Amino acid sequence: MKSPAFDYIRARSVAHALEAYRDLDGEGVYLAGGHSVVPSLALRLQAPAALIDLSGIDALTGISLDDGWLRIGSMTRHAEIASDPLIRDHARLFHLAAPHVAHPAIRNRGTVGGSLSLADPASEFPAVALALRAELEVAGRDGIRRVKADDFFLDIYETAMEPGEILQAIFVPPVRTGEVCAFDELARRRGDYAMVGAAVQAVVEAGRLADISIAFFSVGNKPTRAGAAEAVLRENAMNDTAIAAAQAALDADLDPSDEPQMPASVRRHLARVLLGRLLGHLGTTA
Amino acid sequence: MTMDIELTVNGEQVRESVEPRMSLADFLRERLQLTGTHLGCEMGACGACLVLLGGKPVHACLVLAVQASGETVETVEGLSERGAIADLQAAFHDRNALQCGFCTTGMVVNAHALLGETPVPARDEIRDALSGNYCRCTGYEAIVDAIAETARKRASDAEASA
Amino acid sequence: MRSSDTRTISARDPHIGQAHRRETARRHLAGRGRFVTDIALPRMLHAAFVRSPMARGRIVEIDTSDAAQSPGVVRVFTARDLNPLCQPWTGTLDHFASMVSAPQNLLAEDEVLWAGHPVAMILARTRAEAEDACELVMLDIEEGEACVDGHAALAEDAVRAAPGLDSNLCFQTVLETKAVDDAFACAAHVVEGDFVFGRHTAVTLEPRAVVADFDAASGQLTVHHGTQTPYQFQDIYARHFALPESRVRVIAPDVGGSFGMKLHLYNEEMATVAASLQLGRPVKFVADRLESFVSDIHARDHKVSARMALDAEGTILAMDVDDMTQIGAFSTYPRTSVAEGNQVVRLMGAPYKMPDYRGRLSVVFQNKVQTSQYRAVGHPIACAVTEALVDKAAVKLGLDPIEMRARNLVPDDAYPFVSATGYSFEKLSHEACLSKLRDLMDYDALRAEQAELRQKGVYRGIGIAPFVEITNPGAAFYGVGGARISAQDGAVVRLTPSGEVQCAISVTEQGQGTETVISQIVADQLGVSPEQVKVTTGDTDTTPSGGATWACRGAGIGGETALRAGRKLQGQILALAGQILQSDPADLALAEGHVVDANSGTRRMPLAEIGRIATYRPDTLPEGADNSLTAAQHFAPSGYPFDFTNGIQASLVEVDVETGIVRLLKHWVVEDCGRIINPLLVDEQIRGGVVQGLGPALFEECLYDETGQMTNASLADYLVPMACEMPDIVIGHVETPTNDTILGAKGVGEAGTAAAGAAALNAVNDAIGPLGAQIHQTPMTPLRVLKALGHV
Repeated sequence: MKSPAFDYIRARSVAHALEAYRDLDGEGVYLAGGHSVVPSLALRLQAPAALIDLSGIDALTGISLDDGWLRIGSMTRHAEIASDPLIRDHARLFHLAAPHVAHPAIRNRGTVGGSLSLADPASEFPAVALALRAELEVAGRDGIRRVKADDFFLDIYETAMEPGEILQAIFVPPVRTGEVCAFDELARRRGDYAMVGAAVQAVVEAGRLADISIAFFSVGNKPTRAGAAEAVLRENAMNDTAIAAAQAALDADLDPSDEPQMPASVRRHLARVLLGRLLGHLGTTA
Repeated sequence: MTMDIELTVNGEQVRESVEPRMSLADFLRERLQLTGTHLGCEMGACGACLVLLGGKPVHACLVLAVQASGETVETVEGLSERGAIADLQAAFHDRNALQCGFCTTGMVVNAHALLGETPVPARDEIRDALSGNYCRCTGYEAIVDAIAETARKRASDAEASA
Repeated sequence: MRSSDTRTISARDPHIGQAHRRETARRHLAGRGRFVTDIALPRMLHAAFVRSPMARGRIVEIDTSDAAQSPGVVRVFTARDLNPLCQPWTGTLDHFASMVSAPQNLLAEDEVLWAGHPVAMILARTRAEAEDACELVMLDIEEGEACVDGHAALAEDAVRAAPGLDSNLCFQTVLETKAVDDAFACAAHVVEGDFVFGRHTAVTLEPRAVVADFDAASGQLTVHHGTQTPYQFQDIYARHFALPESRVRVIAPDVGGSFGMKLHLYNEEMATVAASLQLGRPVKFVADRLESFVSDIHARDHKVSARMALDAEGTILAMDVDDMTQIGAFSTYPRTSVAEGNQVVRLMGAPYKMPDYRGRLSVVFQNKVQTSQYRAVGHPIACAVTEALVDKAAVKLGLDPIEMRARNLVPDDAYPFVSATGYSFEKLSHEACLSKLRDLMDYDALRAEQAELRQKGVYRGIGIAPFVEITNPGAAFYGVGGARISAQDGAVVRLTPSGEVQCAISVTEQGQGTETVISQIVADQLGVSPEQVKVTTGDTDTTPSGGATWACRGAGIGGETALRAGRKLQGQILALAGQILQSDPADLALAEGHVVDANSGTRRMPLAEIGRIATYRPDTLPEGADNSLTAAQHFAPSGYPFDFTNGIQASLVEVDVETGIVRLLKHWVVEDCGRIINPLLVDEQIRGGVVQGLGPALFEECLYDETGQMTNASLADYLVPMACEMPDIVIGHVETPTNDTILGAKGVGEAGTAAAGAAALNAVNDAIGPLGAQIHQTPMTPLRVLKALGHV
């Protein structure tokens, strides 16, 4: 399991990285924490001409509040996501999800931007970005644009980023009064990819979970908002009947693949169970 | 293509020329003969290759040697020789918290980092911290015991000297 | 035959029975282990293999010309170049009547027989360069139909898993008592089940590794080999490569886990030796984790149909068992792939006084990785089937599982006892173990808590599983079948000139603590401390020949060998001391590093003085005195063909009945391994063994698709047991030494693995039984538990 040969470029700036990528004519691969890219090289699943290391670019780091929005630099490591007080207070779902991402040593290197850019449908952070309704700041040769999380994740390992574009930062909208959230996943072992996972955020308003967002991962080919279930909960007072209706609505929301070790029906069942538990948890914390 | 890298390993300045594809683990093992860092899976799933990079445990199989240029690396050999883990080593020895020894160095590096961050971890916290370290021989309990015992001793020593 | 030596272990043996730490552990803790993976020799080349991507096919063409030109590549071998160097091997043994298997050689010749079958070998300056070249080998294989499922493989017109086979049946046997059908005809109750036990594999953290170093000038082959059995490989390398045995040295340094997986012969190790012979340079092969999954032996893979007959009181009358075990395209060499199934059908019902039995075994070929002996060969299957049926019977009869077992276990005063399957038990302690377990786990309180929690919708289960373990195998195991696998061991013990002790012994160390145990035993024979006994293992040039470490024989057989060698040297020392001191040797003894007066304990002279005189001043000894301070001793077990041990395990689980996730809360073991030499080591052998049994009960499985591809062959996808999911394990002991040896020790390495899965299976069924659910398949994945519960 040794990687094929490649060159290595340590990018000094986003502009430098973009230029290096262009010069490599499609044969370059960006390196963030490297915890997906490096094993894929060891497995010889890809053979780039060069890796362009983004981790030393200052503009991609830092966590700050900007007009109520939280800006998280894309090179922020998972361990920092778990421990940073601004994230705990202003993007709590990231804080709750981080300890579920792999294992402690992986979290010391893996970056949130790397995770979102890879768009592994089994990863936690893409679903968190969806539930938070985050916006993703992307730099390309034509400048900088912001993409809503809802529009960012397109398919398995596929995002709205064009080849060569770089995810610079994640912007999380301001926290609202009465906001609650919950995160959990069902995994075989601690740190494994989940069989099913979900992030939920809502504003409690007159006994309802107003403005709720529910995002599932490990169910289908991309992180998925459960729009039908959200609608049920937006429109009904939070009680057992509403929870059951939301669970039933998931059938329309989710389209898991059928695999020998995890038939679609089982994932659907587990998604219903997990949603019930998360809503129960919100019910008790609200 | 090879690249020159310069880093500090176990307190020593090291300059080498490496292929970019060489992992930090292979660099430590093959170039520096620091064979205490072991390879069990080469994809970050077993924890046998944990070293401290900038003071934090990372998988040396998932870091390229060129990425570590300019950084500070410490391996089990370094920790052992500067006496930083003497009590952990003694606790593992007393409790027979290792058999074949192949996972042991990763376990000890990880335990050292854990106790640096969480001086007196609960048993579940220890198991959680070890969640990425595979051991086929012991069944884990003795390892958890040894780490808990080290934490307890450090706490009581600190109290006694306070 | 009982030992003729009437001196037994006594209070004068102060180190046997004590919790001594392992001195070698300190090296590992400092990062100073010396594994084969760490070895780098001058001019060493690295090997990598091109493997078949499909389970079955015919090789149309292999073009290695581009690979040979790849940077760093020194040589590319295919079967045509390399196989003629090696005498083929066939994994059959005479005592498994009529068993068949096709011959094997280094690289696939015309046909590929499993996904992972090595086809070409690249030798390059670095492993990375060798892997680069692997990608350049053009391999044209015409895909054929693979034989994947064992039942289908037995159909008359099924495609054969390997060329030359008349059928896919490797071996078949039936054990039967006369009255088994009557027993079922007369039974008040019959319980039955169809069980599936998945394939799993050893996943030693250090993969298989070998460095072969042939020096053409001297004709010497030195193989650094991560194995349990250096002598076995010395013999194999010598015979299969036509070398004089004296010119073959096998060194097993630190070995990063073995568990039975590292005593089988593999294509890659043999090819590495062949390449070194051909090139006259050191060649290193280390299996990476991906190739480990498709080349290390796998284990288990059984489908078992079983039923049990009982009378109205719940007395077990008989079992009727049909086991089909699926072994890959070949039977493994040199131990075969039949021993696993053979032990399954012979260990069924072993703890019980069940009088009648029928066991049918079919061993079947298929196009997958070979299966063979792995820790606790056959035990977990026999135990799980037996104990699942006992629990079913208990439910049917309305008896508590503990009471059910109390009624049926062979009583502690009933020995010697012969089982319905023909095993002779010298002395076991099932009743004492059951009683101790009940107290240890506070069984009644757990049952009360279980009932209380169930009211709250929490589903906990308690599973009980007594077991019998086969240890200390004699020559009946392999030797009688014609295998050149030693059942005896040898030790050389010597007193050094400075009065310390060295022991070179044929049993080997993979972290169990073999060397520590041997040092304790030898120390007690020579009146020194274990720290003063240096033990050498794992090198065919420096230790005497022997079977080494497998099937739980290190402490029982190796320990007895060391004890007898130590006593022989003790006799020599005392004879010499008698001459120096002008005393009758019978009045002298050894203690605390001295020759002492046997009665009073008064010190007469230090051992160092004996060493000094015998070495540097033999001229001062009386005429005719023998100054030899080295004793060699070999020992082979006689008497019972095996020393059986026994014990009982219990598992407490909680099943999330909505998600199917099983949480292991706690585990208990009461075990009787005879004389305990070192309780610290024994307990950790048990704990490690338990987790190795719990892994396949809940997580571990080699998954294959319908074309014979393993679909989870990486450590990210194959789920090994990790720290968060494994329980704490409480251990108790009963000690019933064997009278077959002076030492009285039996084995303990397999005990934990033997019954842990059975206890967990019963615990899960105990938890979900009230919901009308039952599970008969391991691993008990959430999917299978949910299916059992009818959720999906």
